[in-house]
Amino acid sequence: MMSGVQAPGVYEGAANVIAAGMLLLEFGMLRQALVRDQVRLYMAQSALISVLAIVIAADRNLPDLYALAALSAALKVVAVPLVLRRLLRRAGLDDEETRGVAGSNTLSPATAVLAGIVLAAFGFFCFGALGIHGPAAPTLALALAAAMVLVSFGLMIVRRDVASQAIGFFSLENAISLAALVVASGLPFLLETGFLFDLLVAVVVFGMLIRAHHSRSASLSTADLTKLQG
Amino acid sequence: MIAVILALLIVPLAAAIACAVLPVKLAPVITPISGVACFGLVLALIPAAGHRDLSYLSYLRVDALSEIFLLATGFLYGAVAVYSVGYIKHHDEDRDQQHRDRYARRFYAGLNLFGWAMLAAPIMSSLALLWIAVEITTIVSALLVAIENTDGAAEAAWKYVLIASAGLGLALLATVFAYFAGSQILGEHYNLAISPLIGVSKNLPHTPVRLAFMLAVLGYGTKVGFFPVHTWLPDAHSEAPTPVSALLSGALLATSFYAILRYYQVASGTLGSGFPRDTLLAFGVASLLLAALYVFGQRDIKRLLAYSSVEHMGILAIGVSFGAPVALAGVLLHVLAHAAAKGNAFMGAGVFTVKFGTKQISALRGGLDVLPWSGPLFLIAVFALSAMPPSGIFRSEFQIVYGGLGSGNYAAAAVLVAGVTVVFFGLTASATRMLFTPAPVQRAPARGELRRGEPSAWMVVPMVAGVAVLLILGLHPPGELTGLIARAVTQLGATR
Repeated sequence: MMSGVQAPGVYEGAANVIAAGMLLLEFGMLRQALVRDQVRLYMAQSALISVLAIVIAADRNLPDLYALAALSAALKVVAVPLVLRRLLRRAGLDDEETRGVAGSNTLSPATAVLAGIVLAAFGFFCFGALGIHGPAAPTLALALAAAMVLVSFGLMIVRRDVASQAIGFFSLENAISLAALVVASGLPFLLETGFLFDLLVAVVVFGMLIRAHHSRSASLSTADLTKLQG
Repeated sequence: MIAVILALLIVPLAAAIACAVLPVKLAPVITPISGVACFGLVLALIPAAGHRDLSYLSYLRVDALSEIFLLATGFLYGAVAVYSVGYIKHHDEDRDQQHRDRYARRFYAGLNLFGWAMLAAPIMSSLALLWIAVEITTIVSALLVAIENTDGAAEAAWKYVLIASAGLGLALLATVFAYFAGSQILGEHYNLAISPLIGVSKNLPHTPVRLAFMLAVLGYGTKVGFFPVHTWLPDAHSEAPTPVSALLSGALLATSFYAILRYYQVASGTLGSGFPRDTLLAFGVASLLLAALYVFGQRDIKRLLAYSSVEHMGILAIGVSFGAPVALAGVLLHVLAHAAAKGNAFMGAGVFTVKFGTKQISALRGGLDVLPWSGPLFLIAVFALSAMPPSGIFRSEFQIVYGGLGSGNYAAAAVLVAGVTVVFFGLTASATRMLFTPAPVQRAPARGELRRGEPSAWMVVPMVAGVAVLLILGLHPPGELTGLIARAVTQLGATR
């Protein structure tokens, strides 16, 4: 084997491509005005996570991960979007434009994306420079996961409606799952399912609070949540 | 001992389920029994945990450090469970019975579940399960914050669940990197158990451990209430039902601090004590200074007490950063004393709000005239929080400052003393106004004439117990407890 640059293996290549795809979808969520489109992007992102889990399971011979991929897909591709959509429908948000969700960007889409790029670059290069690597940890995918974490924080910050903020949080969880898959794929199954179960409960609670918020203020906007200060 | 530990995990959960499904009039019976029983169970663990680490079924583990936090939570859960009986009796008195029953059912079930999650966290042997338990505390307590169904409660609950969940996302990332570091030495099937990780901490790779520690301080620190990620805390504390505020402040913040201490143990083994201590010092000093600024000018009594919690969490962080054995012993004693004192202060404030029908400090006047027991007990709690002798907090803060001076951290010790003094003025100014300024005649309360007398004996008894605990901790902590603290200090790797 020659020294110098080596072509990545199947696993590493797949992890890097999928991580890059997830980051792009995160940017899509950042600029997307309508919540239902954000939910679609979230579904795609979650599907990618399950694909990555299957790739890792096949490449590194970890049968647990197949089950995890299936569970994760059932939860994040099917259950979470279903809950979110039902919530939006019940809140009567088919005419979203009038309800303060579409215009909930505090920044214009272009500025938001620019800020996202700055955040992503910061996370990417910081993590790249840390040089965390192991037999099963592609540095590039990890750096992309770090970039995604920061962009998802950005998404929660620049949006002023509860639905987008919740989606921002769920995509933060996707970013962490990505990091977990690339550096901790051997984590015992019991613990991984524990994390997933926890996400499920969190989704339900987020949903309940979104409903409570909507029933009180008849909108999903957070602009009027300013009573508690000081 | 395994029976005791299992009982600790089963009793509050069973109580929560019972409160949810059985007739609602049984809930005020079940909840205090569960709370007091849990405190008894935690007390029963002291002798064993003071001598050895109790480890069972590969996922349960109680050592001296976790026992200290179990004690704080167990005591407060017991006290609050008793207090709630009186609190719920007087809650929403003007609403119809059906509404009150529904509220009571949700409240009692949630309270027991919250107690269960907080008791489970220190029992978990693995960093992953610890994270799951802390996340459950967030979810349950967010629902309890929202339970009042007012505008303020909805706002506070949303801010809380979003900020705390995002913070715990970072803590999950910390867990992932801790696994990565551990699996380099312990192999792929390592299950994130705490004690093997501490055992091999000298050989762990530095960068992942450093990263895990930073993320843990920031992530769990969100729930501890460290500046600048404390912003959910005053809102949630002020809008939650008072018994929940007491648990949030005295037990939940401490439980999250426990998680940070576990990462501290690993990080100081790998990186040496310098980096972890400097990190905690920075967060601690910033939180203390923030609290010192904000206690002045607070108009809401529960918000005032919430900022006092930020202060005390800052004191804990500063105390750990000193690293001297006496300071660490002070920190652990402080966890216990703060639970008792802050629990009492919130419970006292809760009696005021029930009696006067408002949380506004400016409307709470002449407390000593109308509340013959709660008034003085609240004053004692505020003085205890301000570290007046002979309360347990005086002893613990004295130890922390003494340890700081002894280990050469003069500047930090000076900041600590100054910050505590400023907060003392802020707290006592409001408290004395509430108690000693007579109620103005022309602003008679809207809820009819205020007659002298306590709303309920259920609300006074736990405060008396809290004062007793504070006195015991301040005057003469029992030998078993000092032994337990000494063992926990060794676990934290005290050095001069």
